[in-house]
Amino acid sequence: MSSADVTSERDLPPERATVTKGDLAPEQDGPRDSGMDDASLHRWLARTWRTPPGIVGALSSVDHKVIARRYLITAFVFLCLGGLNAVAMRIQLSGPQRGLIGPDLYNQLFTMHGVTMMFLFAVPIVQAAGIYLVPLMVGTRNIAFPRLNAFGYWIYVSGGAFVWISFLLNMAPDVGWFAYVPLSGPEFSPGKRADVWAQMITYTEVSSLALAVATIVTVFKQRAPGMSLDKIPLFVWALLVTSFVVVFAMPAVMITSTFLILDRLVGTHIFNPAEGGDALLFQHLFWFFGHPEVYIIFLPATGMVSSIIPAFARRPTFGHLGLVLSLIAVGFLSFGLWVHHMFATGLPKLGASFFTASSMLIAIPNGVQIFCWLATLWDGRPVIRTPLLFVFGFFFMFVIGGLTGVMLASVPLDLQVHDTYFVVAHFHYVLIGGSVFPLLGAAYFWFPKITGRMMSERLGRWHFGLAFIGFNAAFFPMHLVGLWGMPRRVYTYPAELGWGNINLFISTGAVLFFLSFVLFTFNLIHGALKGAPAGDNPWDAGTLEWATSSPPPSYNFRRIPVVTNVEPLWAEREALPVATGLRVDVRELLVSTVAEAYPDIREKSATPSIWPLLAAIAVGGTFLYSIFTPWAIVWGAVPIAVTLVGWFWPKGDPEDEQ
Amino acid sequence: MTHGAVTLLLVILALTGCQREERDTRPQSALGSGEQPTPVTTLEPGGQRPSPADNKAASFEANAFHLSEGKRLFGWFNCSGCHANGGGGMGPALMDEKWLYGSSIESIHATIRDGRPKGMPSFHDKIPDDQIWELAAFVRSLSGNVPSSAAPQRNDDMMPHPSENRLPDAATLGKSP
Amino acid sequence: MKRPALTGFAMACVLFLQGCAGWQSALDPKGPAANELAWLIWFFTALCALIWVLVMIALAAPLLMRPRAPSEPLVLNAGAEHRKLRVVLIAVAMTVSVVVGLTLLSFFANRTLAAIGSGAALTIRVTGHQWWWEVRYEDATPNRILTTANEIHIPAGEPVRLLLTSTDVIHSFWVPSLSGKLDLIPGRINVLDIKADKPGVYRGQCAEFCGAQHANMGTFIIAEPRARFDAWWNDQLRPARSPASGEAKTGEDLFLHRPCVMCHRIGGTPAGGTVAPDLTHIASRRTLAAGTLTMSRGNLAAWIADPQGVKPGAHMPVMELNGDELNAIVAYLEGLK
Repeated sequence: MSSADVTSERDLPPERATVTKGDLAPEQDGPRDSGMDDASLHRWLARTWRTPPGIVGALSSVDHKVIARRYLITAFVFLCLGGLNAVAMRIQLSGPQRGLIGPDLYNQLFTMHGVTMMFLFAVPIVQAAGIYLVPLMVGTRNIAFPRLNAFGYWIYVSGGAFVWISFLLNMAPDVGWFAYVPLSGPEFSPGKRADVWAQMITYTEVSSLALAVATIVTVFKQRAPGMSLDKIPLFVWALLVTSFVVVFAMPAVMITSTFLILDRLVGTHIFNPAEGGDALLFQHLFWFFGHPEVYIIFLPATGMVSSIIPAFARRPTFGHLGLVLSLIAVGFLSFGLWVHHMFATGLPKLGASFFTASSMLIAIPNGVQIFCWLATLWDGRPVIRTPLLFVFGFFFMFVIGGLTGVMLASVPLDLQVHDTYFVVAHFHYVLIGGSVFPLLGAAYFWFPKITGRMMSERLGRWHFGLAFIGFNAAFFPMHLVGLWGMPRRVYTYPAELGWGNINLFISTGAVLFFLSFVLFTFNLIHGALKGAPAGDNPWDAGTLEWATSSPPPSYNFRRIPVVTNVEPLWAEREALPVATGLRVDVRELLVSTVAEAYPDIREKSATPSIWPLLAAIAVGGTFLYSIFTPWAIVWGAVPIAVTLVGWFWPKGDPEDEQ
Repeated sequence: MTHGAVTLLLVILALTGCQREERDTRPQSALGSGEQPTPVTTLEPGGQRPSPADNKAASFEANAFHLSEGKRLFGWFNCSGCHANGGGGMGPALMDEKWLYGSSIESIHATIRDGRPKGMPSFHDKIPDDQIWELAAFVRSLSGNVPSSAAPQRNDDMMPHPSENRLPDAATLGKSP
Repeated sequence: MKRPALTGFAMACVLFLQGCAGWQSALDPKGPAANELAWLIWFFTALCALIWVLVMIALAAPLLMRPRAPSEPLVLNAGAEHRKLRVVLIAVAMTVSVVVGLTLLSFFANRTLAAIGSGAALTIRVTGHQWWWEVRYEDATPNRILTTANEIHIPAGEPVRLLLTSTDVIHSFWVPSLSGKLDLIPGRINVLDIKADKPGVYRGQCAEFCGAQHANMGTFIIAEPRARFDAWWNDQLRPARSPASGEAKTGEDLFLHRPCVMCHRIGGTPAGGTVAPDLTHIASRRTLAAGTLTMSRGNLAAWIADPQGVKPGAHMPVMELNGDELNAIVAYLEGLK
């Protein structure tokens, strides 16, 4: 660690801007970027920050962009798999008493759909968008804890592979993504199916936690000089709040799933009422995670909306402070309303009414967000491009989802619609309307940054139209069929209840919606291979990620930018002011203070390493083995310890020796 | 080379996984699976009774679903009335290492189906054949004779003994560690 | 973008009207609780629809404006910003008042619902099983306690108290035309009060995922005038009549000597199993296998011959019966009115 002897043309507080020599003797100090010309700077940085060649090199990459790209692609693959599950279910439900899929397979299908979409698609993809964009947006060269970040990806892949291979082996969990005991407990779930659920949850959440920690530290300590708290872009704020929610929510579900596997494997009685346990405890623990989970998925999407709207409305977001406070308020409140998932369990009435109030309360910060975005758009007709179309779709559907959410918050009303297709409609409006549509918009928005090429605008509009119609056709009628009495999670229904026609309509919509993703995939591939070159800032947006080239070089920024405005590129039209003084022969980052982002110290960033992959294999093996015997934890500790020792082995750096 | 190894591993996994996880609730042929020659006498010179060739044993013995169904039926059909959760009472204990008629699933199946002298009734007509196999498989699990990855887990009630998947296996049962 | 949405909405309206007549519908209330809830649903829906339309108008407004003059994005009109702030604050204040209003509304609706069961004279214990309902009518006189399955007869116009519990996994009792749902949780007893205004048959279904046959776990509430209800109760208390001779008699013998007897109870015979539905008056019920099949000779035969084809995963096993035996058992069961 060396104290920051960073210089900048302006805006650094005088006492910091003075060049103070580091602790190291000058002869040990390498070349700095201070006086270098652009070409030799590029050569130095490219050599220092490159991902090593070859397969081993690729596997040991710690570049946040490389890891994030892998994350995005993997999560997209899981989205497609989960979508195929959904299509299979919709075909089975397209008519009464259809015999295409039996209950055993159907229950595995809807469980896989839920698990895949929640744990393998939605959370990872928003976090992946975060680890790609947050370091770029805050103007740093790599994410904090890059090896932990790489480790998180490998754990996530092994968790996803674990549950999907189980599915191919006919041992996928069949107890729902929520896996309530006693149904998932030792007596009523023979075999390893529920164990697969439990361990898969535990370890995909390890990866989620790893990413959250890396994101928090990046946002707090690695912001470009001058990016004080009030100048942090909203997307970064959203990811920060989300990461905190992850840190507090994920342990709850990891405890739940660990309790479950203890009951199943070791024979504890945590959920056994006959021996003093309690089946409802599971639901409390699960939903203490489960409700914040919704906001973990939704908040980053609001960040995406807050990035897309200013770019096309051609002005900064209205009510920046209000939006930030809303994000924080939603983050806090999301922990206070888990009980509204449990109104039908017969809780005391007054307590339930309290949760009605807290559930309704969260509508207020969400309302503030909507109003601020609308106010941003009111300055005149915005530039209508595909990303903005998806944001309009977001408004259209998320408001419906939010309002039906208000209905579900009411205890008495919830008793009629709980666990019916009304709820299915509601949360798909919230999660697809509120999160997937912004994500698709974000894909069109940031695709040029990631690949350097544009996606087709024409195909994009077709994609939007198809997705919009398909989605609404599939999910709006579900509100009605739910009110007519159709419960969730049924593999078939009797003909005499008259749900046949509407379900056929829903299934048609679902197929359309699926086709829209086929179109999207085509547009992605076509764009990546043949798209028009994008340039650095195709939308003329204002945040820092657009300041570097597309795709960004391995070192992100040639010189660390200095931020003077929440939309720095709009404030500094000619050239961004920069801070210099970082070494170029080693991976050095600028660490700044939490609130004001004064440059504080220069810190080395970890170099590529294969150990995170090996550690992930050891952890994955341990978890896999642990569905068979608790001794796996004991024997698995050995390889994990070995890989961690390898990971943290001192590098002989003079800095480490101090 | 690597691909081959991965494929092989997957196939092995598939075989073990499927056998343990298959949930077949319908007998192979709906009718007549129980049409086996009924022995004329129940007197046997100890040990195993020659069993008609039947490959059912394998599909029941290590299948988690069937084992757990067997456990449910063991309770429903009140086997505990005589065998007391496996500890024995009026009938012999089922969770020790002693077997009067051998520990193979075929002989346990025969015991349940045709009965045994001194009190074990015949359930030939009372329990469908597949469910007898399930019961027989479960009885074996009471003394650690099935793989612990398939053996039933504890029930959600008061537990008289460790669950079947927590029992020591048959080789070590009854011996002090 | 707008037109398909409108078409979809129109189609949805048509479908909606068609569905209103369901006998398992929250929008077709037949009791005071469901009435209150249906009113609440309509009120919330109307209010939410209004809010949604307002937001959509606010969203559409800029689309109709002239494009923003090409100027530097950071150059903003201070006066316009101030006006916007005022509008946003008013909107937030309206949101707060709507939220508070709806909270109070649902609180008072909850109190109304809680009052429905006051003075319930009849208590019925409903126990959830995978995948059927055990129904036990409690009475102070022990020999009037009645156990039946899947169909719940109640006197119309009187509040009835249901005690809900489960012996295996969590189920949820839901008859939408009469009341909201409530879970049946092992180790707990939940109390649900229901009341049907008029005689009729109301269908319900398990609403909490409970395993393989969650989809086929139906129930019926049959509301009858008090006199008919009492007559029904008395009739149900009577043990099954043993058929004198013929096929049905053979059927009874087969029932008692075949696997049926291991699980089912028939009052007045040695069959005393309690782990499966009581069959003493099975032929008086409307459906088989918890609402899976309607009661008829053919369906009875189909259910007994191949239960795993009708309801895969259910605990009723496939038995080895030949055609004559099957016919005899069906003939016997058919007589158990």
